[in-house]
Amino acid sequence: MASGEFVLETEGLSKEFKGFFAVRDVSLRVRKGDIHALIGPNGAGKTTVFNLLTKFLTPTAGRILYKGEEITKTGPADIARKGMVRSFQISAVFPHLSLLENVRIALQRELGTSFHFWKSDDSLSALNDRAMALLEAVGLTEFRNHTAGDLPYGRKRALEIAMALACEPRLLLLDEPTAGMTHEDIVRITDLIGRVSENRTVLMVEHNLSVVSNLSNVITVLQRGEILAEGPYEEVSKMPEVISAYLGTGHG
Amino acid sequence: MIRIISLVALIIIALVAPFFFYPVFLMKALCFALFACAFNLLLGYVGLLSFGHAAFLGSAAYVTGHSMKVLGLPPELSILAGTGAAALLGLGFGWLAIRRQGIYFAMITLALSQMVFFFALQAPFTGGEDGIQAIPRGYLLGFIDLNNQLTLYYFVLAMFVFGWLVIYRTIHSPFGQVLKAIRENEPRAISLGYRTDQYKLMAFVLSAALSGMAGATKTLVFQLASLTDVHWHMSGEVVLMTLLGGMGTVFGPVVGAFLVVTIQNYLAQLGSWVTIIQGGIFVVCVLLFRRGIVGEAMALARKLRKKPEKEDAVS
Ligand SMILES: Nc1ncnc2c1ncn2[C@@H]1O[C@H](COP(=O)(O)OP(=O)(O)O)[C@@H](O)[C@H]1O
Ligand SMILES: [Mg+2]
Repeated sequence: MASGEFVLETEGLSKEFKGFFAVRDVSLRVRKGDIHALIGPNGAGKTTVFNLLTKFLTPTAGRILYKGEEITKTGPADIARKGMVRSFQISAVFPHLSLLENVRIALQRELGTSFHFWKSDDSLSALNDRAMALLEAVGLTEFRNHTAGDLPYGRKRALEIAMALACEPRLLLLDEPTAGMTHEDIVRITDLIGRVSENRTVLMVEHNLSVVSNLSNVITVLQRGEILAEGPYEEVSKMPEVISAYLGTGHG
Repeated sequence: MIRIISLVALIIIALVAPFFFYPVFLMKALCFALFACAFNLLLGYVGLLSFGHAAFLGSAAYVTGHSMKVLGLPPELSILAGTGAAALLGLGFGWLAIRRQGIYFAMITLALSQMVFFFALQAPFTGGEDGIQAIPRGYLLGFIDLNNQLTLYYFVLAMFVFGWLVIYRTIHSPFGQVLKAIRENEPRAISLGYRTDQYKLMAFVLSAALSGMAGATKTLVFQLASLTDVHWHMSGEVVLMTLLGGMGTVFGPVVGAFLVVTIQNYLAQLGSWVTIIQGGIFVVCVLLFRRGIVGEAMALARKLRKKPEKEDAVS
């Protein structure tokens, strides 16, 4: 296995909450350039895996490698700086700021002036064009001056994706990006994920199986914290244990 | 346009105020206004409630007093020394407290400031119960006599305006934008690659330094640095001023400070009742207008501005 082949690898990743293993012995490999889907019933541990990968939680056991480099002990902000950027399952925007400001904060770090308390924030308007381009990509141009907190749920999710993309991630982690969206929004976001994945890797948790089958090359099925199956959608979706564990529980 | 007119009016009022009001009262209010603005930088713009800000006001007061009276340094250097001491103390406090959230943050800052209080009570050079008294005001830059009350007033006004401008700029800077992001959703800010602890620490040090500047200036006005300045009552008072006037607004803490100082001044003859009245006002405020005076006024203005627009849309 060439180390360049996988962007992200975990070995025996586990997380225990007071005797209960939310994630147990997960060894995951995300191939460079893939759209890799992580599916599984509610409570399977998908969000916990994301929190472990992005260091919002500390693993009880196991290792995490990003581009061949061990990042098990790296801090969450540094993970993002390395190019691994996540979205949250529960929409996370800056509610009292405008959409434009939200995206600009995501872009701002690269200016290198984020500690400059003596500088006018007019200097941030240099980022407006790129912020607008990102808002356009997610179909939010007309709302640029709205307060983010006033947006309907689906649009907040779209804004979140724009913010994640603003960081130019090499590896994009999306936690249920289409949950709560209208059919129209889903089509747009699916299309967007497809487009942005051309030069990056995407790992996403997704319940909508039509989205998964459209986008993903590889699927990992998680059940009770453990990997149940892994492979291409056509193969995995035919496995009887997957059907009973996941498809049979009313999802999709 | 309205903005410019009101700004000019404010400047004129500030310049002629000592001819109509007791200058010492105005200077006291200005010092506390700066203190409250500095505190608000942390509470209103980062969402951190410090319950130990008296430590910064007080330590700067002692350092400035010591520097003027014992070392005989000029006022500009003494104020700088006081401000610097508060900034350093802020760095230490911040380093210890910044990782904590909510009530734990408040408790740690309170505990640390109590240590400063006991230090001030016991240390040989702080004058114990008496404090440092009869501190000379000296000559600013060697030739401006600060013993002249009007001169002193304009000096205090200049300090206030400078401090306020620093805070205003900080809020409206790239740094301030990150602070707002942290206040709104810290995990999100982290996941965008911001090491939020560093930003919070920086804000804490700025707030401590400006609180120190307020304390240093106050020492020159009253020629006194005492235990009152480091007492937890003082930490509570600045919370009161900020919430009363409106946290997260640039003028709120100023209004709050003037109000509290006025109440204390005019009701001073009522003795300990002042505390009870103050407490009563606080409770009423929290219950009736949670955004504070300026916060509520701004919300009202927004509403009034929105209404005619809606009527236009109908017609
Ligand atoms: N911080 C936590 N403390 C205790 N239990 C948790 C915590 N986070 C998640 N869990 C538990 O771990 C399991 C997996 O949760 P989660 O990863 O959110 O599942 P999914 O995202 O697959 O729906 C659930 O049973 C949940 O209750
Ligand atoms: Mg989840």
